[in-house]
Amino acid sequence: MQHALITGAAISVICSIVGLFLVLRRHSLFGDAMSHVAFGGIAIGLFTNVYPIWTAFIVSVLAAIGITKLRESTKIPADSAVAVLLSAGLATGVVLISLSNGFTLDLYSFLFGSILLISIQDMVVSVVLSAAVLIVMSAIYRKLMYITFDEEQAKVSGLDVGKLNYIFIVLASITVITSIRLVGVLLISSLIVIPNITAMMFGKGFRKTAVISALVAVFSVLSGIMISYILNLAPGGTIVIVSIGTFLTTVITKYSIGVVKGKTGKVVFSMMD
Amino acid sequence: MQIEEGSTPIIADVKNVSYSYNNSFSSSIILDNISFTVKEGDLLGIIGPNGAGKTTLFQCMLGLLKDYRGEITIFGEDVRKIKSVLKKIAYIQQKNLIDQSFPATINEIVSFGITGKKESSKEKEKDKILSVIETVGLYEYRNKRIGQLSGGQQQRVLIAKALIADPKLLILDEPTTGIDQNTQDKFYALIRKLNHENNITIVWASHDLDAVGKLANKVACINKSMFFHGNAYEFFENEKLLKAYSESAMQAHMHLHLNKHASNNNDDTNPHIIKENKL
Repeated sequence: MQHALITGAAISVICSIVGLFLVLRRHSLFGDAMSHVAFGGIAIGLFTNVYPIWTAFIVSVLAAIGITKLRESTKIPADSAVAVLLSAGLATGVVLISLSNGFTLDLYSFLFGSILLISIQDMVVSVVLSAAVLIVMSAIYRKLMYITFDEEQAKVSGLDVGKLNYIFIVLASITVITSIRLVGVLLISSLIVIPNITAMMFGKGFRKTAVISALVAVFSVLSGIMISYILNLAPGGTIVIVSIGTFLTTVITKYSIGVVKGKTGKVVFSMMD
Repeated sequence: MQIEEGSTPIIADVKNVSYSYNNSFSSSIILDNISFTVKEGDLLGIIGPNGAGKTTLFQCMLGLLKDYRGEITIFGEDVRKIKSVLKKIAYIQQKNLIDQSFPATINEIVSFGITGKKESSKEKEKDKILSVIETVGLYEYRNKRIGQLSGGQQQRVLIAKALIADPKLLILDEPTTGIDQNTQDKFYALIRKLNHENNITIVWASHDLDAVGKLANKVACINKSMFFHGNAYEFFENEKLLKAYSESAMQAHMHLHLNKHASNNNDDTNPHIIKENKL
């Protein structure tokens, strides 16, 4: 349980930080696409008896770089590139699984997450990778902010936009692969997107939005893990449900405050008449 | 930087620049043999109708488009080869390209201007940001998000972001599009101040002949090719030139309107093609 909580906290932070840039770049489904490619990589690992996380990592990073290159050189729209990525990864995985005579317990844990079963070795790898992603992101986050706000302006100011985009895409791939153990291939995009759209509802600046997003993500993951442990539920799904609950609570609270302010304003104005 | 003997240094030198847009179906000339110079301290107004190639010209000058024919040097360097020269240039696009929902405060957006540049300390960096925000008259809005500001205020944020990098050359691409007259006047006053008091060389694309006539000391009039380049008073005092420009601008506008209408029914038509552009 302790390993699960530590790993979950580390992964949730990088998912929220990296995810904020993906959401603002309108690449929310990038996490989904990468996780489907990772599925293909995992299938390759299971098929060849190599540790699946490493094959997933190699395949995902190569695919992410390749699709970025493809988009730059042929001007394919981002959403179409995502669709190509998603389909190729999933199809490859399905074919390899069929060749290996169907699903196994191992594959199930990759599809839906298995944080409660995480070993100390996996925990160390996850925490080290998370720390590495955080260190690099903290070094380049302001440049990434500028590129996300206005890529052309960032280019004109002299930033090496191409190189920074590639670095970011590799970091995003690492984040997705590291998150597989937490919520599984099928639910990764929710961990990337939901804490960020929740944070954006607070209407703060970039730094505060990133902090709120990280807090929401950590809260969702830690609560989700504990609830799933107590109630014997699937941890991946529970985490996402808690995350969605946090989002809906924020929406309802914001709407209610808006209604109260509006009604208060109307009362004040009518008293002034 | 090029310096002719006994004269003002040349900041930008555009020589015989041509650019065509090619795809498998057609080829269209966007710029045709454009040449002009910008000297230190100039406020050059670039005027031309929609589709004249003003934005494309700026993209060539900034190295965003590299496959043009001709030569462009800025501060004596070819921007296609020497990227470091870009650090002396600030570029402001049209307002409507800003993402209104972007979660960043004015402070954060202005700080983009010094991203990648080393300041001596965080305190000095913070002071510099507040100083330029004050220069453009937005100090009380510094913690607001960009989407909470009016169009004119957003343009001033972009100017502040440009100024914080201490640019020697400021390139403005129709910065007052969609802004009311009162706000435009404040914007023009700021431009005048930056040029006259801060000695920043400015290249400014605009439809507003009135404003260009009042502010600019030099004018370049283009409509794919160079129609006029010289002192502003030579252009605005010459009724024949003004009339010829107005007619060509109207002609270009009509062609653009007709082509846009045709393109709604025909996917192959490029709305930027202006079939007759002779002045």
